[in-house]
Amino acid sequence: MNHSFSGLPPRSGLGLKTEHFREVLGAQPDIGFFEVHAENYMVAGGPFHHFLGLIRKQYPLSLHGVGLSIGAEGPLDGQHLQRLAALIERYQPHSFSEHLAWSSHGPVFLNDLLPLAYDAPTLNRVCEHIDQVQNTLKRPMLLENPATYLAFQNSTIDEADFIGEVIHRTGCGLLLDVNNVYVSCTNHQKDPLAYIDALPLHAVGEIHLAGFAEDTDSLGDRLLIDDHGAPVDNAVWALYSQVLERVGPIATLIERDNRLPAFSVLHAEARHADELLHRAGSRP
Amino acid sequence: MSTQAAFSAALLDPQRPCPEGVFSANGADPASRFAVYRNNVQSSLINALADSYPVVTQLVGDEFFRAMTGLYVQSCPPQSPLINDYGKDFAEFIDNFEPAASVPYLADVARLERLRVQAYHAADAQPLGHEQIAAVLSDPQALSELTLGLHPSLNLLTSAFAVVAIWAAHQQDATLAGIDLGHGQNALVLRNELEVEVFAIDHGARIFIQNLRLGQPLSQALENAPAFDLSQTLALLISHNAITHLHHNQVSP
Repeated sequence: MNHSFSGLPPRSGLGLKTEHFREVLGAQPDIGFFEVHAENYMVAGGPFHHFLGLIRKQYPLSLHGVGLSIGAEGPLDGQHLQRLAALIERYQPHSFSEHLAWSSHGPVFLNDLLPLAYDAPTLNRVCEHIDQVQNTLKRPMLLENPATYLAFQNSTIDEADFIGEVIHRTGCGLLLDVNNVYVSCTNHQKDPLAYIDALPLHAVGEIHLAGFAEDTDSLGDRLLIDDHGAPVDNAVWALYSQVLERVGPIATLIERDNRLPAFSVLHAEARHADELLHRAGSRP
Repeated sequence: MSTQAAFSAALLDPQRPCPEGVFSANGADPASRFAVYRNNVQSSLINALADSYPVVTQLVGDEFFRAMTGLYVQSCPPQSPLINDYGKDFAEFIDNFEPAASVPYLADVARLERLRVQAYHAADAQPLGHEQIAAVLSDPQALSELTLGLHPSLNLLTSAFAVVAIWAAHQQDATLAGIDLGHGQNALVLRNELEVEVFAIDHGARIFIQNLRLGQPLSQALENAPAFDLSQTLALLISHNAITHLHHNQVSP
């Protein structure tokens, strides 16, 4: 596989939560890498930088943005891009990733990853924005496939094809969120494996795994919500194994942002991912 | 209206219908799907405020807090992706929030909690060593023109209520029994190494520290303040690592 999109090791990693700073530094668990949300560290000083600086000395780091709003109708926030550049300069992360989504409209930041209509104008806009990001940061970024709950009537391109075209045009890599694939495909009545096979798998630089919440829509059908508040579901583990058969071992993050359990619980999930990664690596 | 403008407006205003042009693959009412986004926006911002304002939450209860912040989110949505900063004008919103009028100290507790968040993330600065400060302060000749640099996290709050006592009570058993709520207090907030600390200080001490922050030399800052215990105030600043620079006309340690 092509690893030029990310310098992360082909191991499992965990999201670094402030609640676990001291435990990580004290116990120095065997974790392949840590990932942080870039926006949380756009502060002047204090404990966040103190602990991230110490942990960065011991572990590879993935910087994951949640506020750049790459799919926004308006221009990118140049100030925010500069803040990202400064953070990358400071921590030299092994990977930088953002989402195929929008989160700002005009001056308002909505704090959620919102869905896009997949058509030619959106494709051009997203590619321009990614070009701008990669030129400013002077490195390739990874683009994450979204979890969505709605589709747009004026979409003319399949999501996987849209992502393929963005990657082809901009040279960015793919952050393949397997939970998002499962959530979206369930919500839109699609086959997750067919969706994965339609993606440009040569460009995968990182994989995300997470848990979802379950609801029902107005027809009583299953509506999955990407809430990062539960263990990785068995169906997502199974899909992940199928992904590994296709792409080989690639850095894999266990995401957990809500209903945070003890570090040991997350570490156990990371170890399970490591076993699957090891198996994928030793396959002839 | 563009697609994202319509989406954005409907996310923030629950009275608006689901935007047009969206559908569910199974034919379900798109409003039932749009509700997921609306709920994500509302609840993630309310949760961010609950993280920044834990004592305000305790004072009014979770249900009231979520209803109040829900209205705040609608009228003052974030203007930046830096969610650590969200809620800077929350205290002013509380001031004008009629249903909270029966808790007159609520807005000042919010101001104190905002200062704590700011102090937590404020720039780092190396404090001067205690011996270094003692050496400079031991020379009475040098004192008059001495200016003090204070830690970037340091801030002050004046309240007509016992805001420090109310806040401190909620770090323990959360009872307000025995607190004279209407007894005004001055709060000093700072970050000492990695911990944010809150102190109640005298009126004179507050004016003195404020004068120092404005760059007044020690003697002038003292003259321009009502009577207070200088040695106790300096001892507080020194022992909590709040002094980062001492400047003098000739000597700059």
